[in-house]
Amino acid sequence: MSINLEHISKSYGKVEAVKNISFKVNPGELFGLIGPDGAGKTTLFRILTTLLIADEGKANVTGFDVVKDYKNIRKSVGYMPGKFSLYQDLTVEENLTFFATIFGTTIEENYELIKEIYVQIEPFKKRRAGKLSGGMKQKLALCCALIHKPKVLFLDEPTTGVDPVSRKEFWEMLKRLQQKGITILVSTPYMDEAALCDRIALIQDGEILEIDTPANIVKHFPKTIYNIGSKDMYELLQKLKEFEHTYSMYPFGEFVHYTDKRDNFNPTELRQYLEKNGLQNITIEKTKATIEDTFMELAK
Amino acid sequence: MMQNNNVIHVKELTKKFGDFTAVDAITFDVKKGEIFGFLGANGAGKTTAIKMLIGISNPTSGEADVAGFNVFTNTEDVKKNIGYMSQKFALYDDLSVKENITFFGGIYGLSRKRIKEKSNALIEELGLEKIANHLVGSLPLGWKQKIAFSVALLHDPKIVFLDEPTGGVDPITRRQFWEMIYKASHEGTTIFVTTHYMDEAEYCDRVSIMVNGKIEALDTPKRLKEQFNAKSMNDVFLKLARG
Repeated sequence: MSINLEHISKSYGKVEAVKNISFKVNPGELFGLIGPDGAGKTTLFRILTTLLIADEGKANVTGFDVVKDYKNIRKSVGYMPGKFSLYQDLTVEENLTFFATIFGTTIEENYELIKEIYVQIEPFKKRRAGKLSGGMKQKLALCCALIHKPKVLFLDEPTTGVDPVSRKEFWEMLKRLQQKGITILVSTPYMDEAALCDRIALIQDGEILEIDTPANIVKHFPKTIYNIGSKDMYELLQKLKEFEHTYSMYPFGEFVHYTDKRDNFNPTELRQYLEKNGLQNITIEKTKATIEDTFMELAK
Repeated sequence: MMQNNNVIHVKELTKKFGDFTAVDAITFDVKKGEIFGFLGANGAGKTTAIKMLIGISNPTSGEADVAGFNVFTNTEDVKKNIGYMSQKFALYDDLSVKENITFFGGIYGLSRKRIKEKSNALIEELGLEKIANHLVGSLPLGWKQKIAFSVALLHDPKIVFLDEPTGGVDPITRRQFWEMIYKASHEGTTIFVTTHYMDEAEYCDRVSIMVNGKIEALDTPKRLKEQFNAKSMNDVFLKLARG
């Protein structure tokens, strides 16, 4: 097992950040922790990277205990924290050299691993890290986390605040790193990124809601979802909220995802209700559950 | 100045830093009550453009009126007539909910009486009675964002600028937040919003997409999808921003 947590709990004063969490990550797996701010993701990362000691439970990374063998773990994992943590006053090249030296290696020795990412920021290698754009900072941080050829890579919200294009590129990079045999634990608040992981843990308020493959997680959604469209989104939401048979209704892009309390739901009845209430251009169609639907249902 | 129903009028607005053009002659209008999505990749120039529109950065050239005031000559009036919130700056963590409301009410020059009325109304509407005296720093992010949005509307601005208001918020709260946006828009407040969540782009009446300082696309989400032969706004964005 690359990562193994057993009944891990951690509190900060009265706040229980992580409550009795257990899961395993297989070697070479791309495993996602999916949840909003305050779910406990960063606390888990800090425990696994030996920067924080859990109140209860045990955890291993690459076979080493996070408390007793912390030195061995630090040698064999890479960690990219959510907050940019490189030296702002050092240049791109200096940061990378610094991290390589700390781990007793050189840029040349492991260049192959970072090459593809590093070439994108190499034109700016003399620029101070603090002066880089968000996307370039992210790439540099990833290079620094990889420079000692870690077995396990911890990425805490690497794509938060990053635009969709750069996010897509970042995930393509992760996939290629995975193919090189690196185990990756990554967290994200973006539910659409969950689908790109081998397995995911949905996490909220310090507790795991579910762990499975993305495909299985959406399969478990208990109801049929309908896409409801109309000209006036605000009115549509108000009327659906007032409808007596509504089980859940959430805006999803241009539609509302609607589920009904009853098993024998009849779309015509809903259409008539909406028409009676003055809504126009109504469309009602079955649609598939997404990970976000499942998350909201579980978090309810 | 302001024509018909437009609360934002921008023509050829440009901002240069040395020989770098961050915002390159952008032109658009935003109507009263409209939800206008202002999208773009990181570094496309969105933040620079917003800074000009809210009166905290001087444009290099072009024209812009916001809430009826010129952003070159009348920045103080612009600031008084708009609301602003972002993920990075919203409320003071070391003040209670009530203190934040009072503080921002005071900043916007509301009378004590008015602040009290607004404060009570806001606390009731959001159901904050129990936590009104708690420090904002102790509240979950989702609560903070909802309160920050209400505070940005405290002085009944014509427009509210929201800079990535929902980053990191859980999916349910994110949707509750958008319901608040719809409601404000329904009541006539113009919403100018940036986001990296492309499903949120679909909630906007119209969307503009900036690429390298220029507005490369501007239309309703429906027409943009038709124009770019795309299934979702995410596809539109990927097609445009990747060239």
